[in-house]
Amino acid sequence: MLELERVLVVYPDYRLRATLKVPTGAHVAVVGPSGAGKSTFLAAIAGFETSEGRVLWDRQDLSGTRPGARPFSMLFQDNNLFPHLTAFENVALGISPSLRLTAAEKARVEAALARVGLTGFEARKPAQLSGGQQGRVAIARVLVQGRALILLDEPFAALGPALRAEMLELVRSTARESGATVLLVTHDLAEAARMPLMILVANGAAEPPADSAALLANPPEALKGWMG
Amino acid sequence: MARRAVALTPDWTGWLAAALAAAGFLAPMGAVLWQAGQLWPTASDWSALRFTLCQAVISTVLSIALAVPVARALARRAFPGRGLLVTLLGAPFLLPVLVAVLGLLAVFGRSGVLNEVLRLSGLPTVSIYGLQGVVLAHVFFNLPLATRIILQGWQAIPAERFRVAEGLGFGPWAMARHLEWPMLRQVVPGAALLIFSLCLTSFAVALILGGGPKATTLELAIYQAFRFDFAPGRAAVLAVMQLALVGAAGLLALRFAGDVTGAAARGRVVQRWDLGTWGWDALLIGAAAVFLLAPLVAVVLKGAPEVVELPAAVWKAAGVSISVALAATVLTMALTTAIGLLAFRVPKLELVVLPGIALSPLVLGTGLFLLLYPVIAPDRVALAVTVMANTLAALPFALRLVLPHLRQAVADHGALAESLGIGPRVWLGRVLWPQVRRPFRFAAGLTAALSMGDLGVIALFADPDRATLPLQVMRLMGSYRTDDAAGAALVLLILSLGIFWIIDRGGRDA
Repeated sequence: MLELERVLVVYPDYRLRATLKVPTGAHVAVVGPSGAGKSTFLAAIAGFETSEGRVLWDRQDLSGTRPGARPFSMLFQDNNLFPHLTAFENVALGISPSLRLTAAEKARVEAALARVGLTGFEARKPAQLSGGQQGRVAIARVLVQGRALILLDEPFAALGPALRAEMLELVRSTARESGATVLLVTHDLAEAARMPLMILVANGAAEPPADSAALLANPPEALKGWMG
Repeated sequence: MARRAVALTPDWTGWLAAALAAAGFLAPMGAVLWQAGQLWPTASDWSALRFTLCQAVISTVLSIALAVPVARALARRAFPGRGLLVTLLGAPFLLPVLVAVLGLLAVFGRSGVLNEVLRLSGLPTVSIYGLQGVVLAHVFFNLPLATRIILQGWQAIPAERFRVAEGLGFGPWAMARHLEWPMLRQVVPGAALLIFSLCLTSFAVALILGGGPKATTLELAIYQAFRFDFAPGRAAVLAVMQLALVGAAGLLALRFAGDVTGAAARGRVVQRWDLGTWGWDALLIGAAAVFLLAPLVAVVLKGAPEVVELPAAVWKAAGVSISVALAATVLTMALTTAIGLLAFRVPKLELVVLPGIALSPLVLGTGLFLLLYPVIAPDRVALAVTVMANTLAALPFALRLVLPHLRQAVADHGALAESLGIGPRVWLGRVLWPQVRRPFRFAAGLTAALSMGDLGVIALFADPDRATLPLQVMRLMGSYRTDDAAGAALVLLILSLGIFWIIDRGGRDA
């Protein structure tokens, strides 16, 4: 379980507070008006953003540990891959930054690439892959990392809606297999609606996760404005 | 493409400017080749070629090797004064070479600070003359330039990539291997070739710190062939060698050309989690700052007490230099405007200035001398020729700074302006000028500062009565009037930075 206790991020012009719990294995959309701090919320969990309060994973306090030591995989809008490395190497980084893999580890990389449908693309560099294929490579890396928490910050923003939905379904189906928890920051209401739970970030606070259908049926003011 | 509103000037003005620029480059080149004719280089010419290459290679390697860790430290660390330091790294670009050399002499020279310290500690002193001095000066000029270019490369690494790296648990080695090394492989070749080209063509450094059979560059050898031997044929042969060398390096550099001003280096520091303690970074930044600032401080400290009692000839020379700089600036920007306003309808028009990359100042001077010599005594037109040489030297820079913005403005708004039926005055005053004002004034400021500090062609054509300020400083040094030279150098420094600041500043307001 992911727990945030009195987390507070302070900026000169705004603050974000959060006290909430996310059950293990939950798939949660992080929604709210633009500029409300959705990405900041995710960055505070990852440790990219310094915050007060405590972030706990399975009762273990992560506050003060650097991002690299926290149990998450993260995908960003862009620049998830290293342009000078092949698809295989980009995935292999998820196992070892030194790229020295055992035979078993190499097999895991190949299996992950196969899982996302990229068998035969191992030797290609990102520039030789389509946007969708690049997204798949990044997902394969999340797969080999095998982390318990997957953080998605408006991922695959460069892709069209259909392809993005496909990518997201791929992430979610692999997460279901491993039992990982998924947090997705999105500005797309349809995308958010497909997630069973929602965390609303608005007015300087992140609310505890609520049932998506219930929330959308009876939206609070902040969400109404956002729904347009 | 919107034609009527956008065409501010008749086409012939652009073609005329382009033809003048092309003739300005090609005629001296032709004269040099013609004069060299069947002559063949002597042993000492080859040795000048070897020294030119040797000092340029060493200077480039040292500049880059030192710039990489300094840029890395600056890219990683945020500290008060960082923005100022990065701005200062741009200063050597504007600095008159003579001023910098005087500053280096004050720190590293025979009776400079360093040797005083060595003497007091009972250690052997070091000499600034010869290869080591030429390399020292070139590193002084190019280390900051290289640092800015490489720093820009560091800051161009997307912030997300550092987050991805941290998320994957990269240590320092993985960081270097997957983020920093690939960036350096892209940025360093262009920076190195640019610096190599600059070191090949620098004249004043070799003039003062080099010399003798062991430390003469081609550029200096050309000067000596004229001034001491009066052997135009030999100067022409040397000029052809220099032409081939600089042309080859220039063409190579062009293939890797990036943003040479490093203007984008002022971005904020990317947040990283792999930093550790300050240690080396602080040492590197501190050492670079001292190396950069000490000579400048020395020039100010030595020069300040002398300024009030400078001989009248210095002030007269300052007046001449201001006139030369302003004339060169007006001419350069007029040509840039004329060529620029035609260039967005004639693609690749700016290639007319391409021959300029092969022309070093003294080769240009040699060519102009050979052209003028049969017609008029060259020293009688020394200033006019200096204006012309400075214009030709600045034109490629100015075009490269202004043209992309001009093209962008026309591409963005030309069709709209045409459809609205906007007249030429509104188009120029309210649409075009606001968008090109900054690069235009920056280019003009750069031209003025470089022209103000230039000691190239004028040394070749030297007129005993009308000297520019850099030439006057050189003469004072030559006659061992060190105090007056220090004062005059300070005046030159203030004028160069001042004229740049005044012209460029207007582009930054509003």
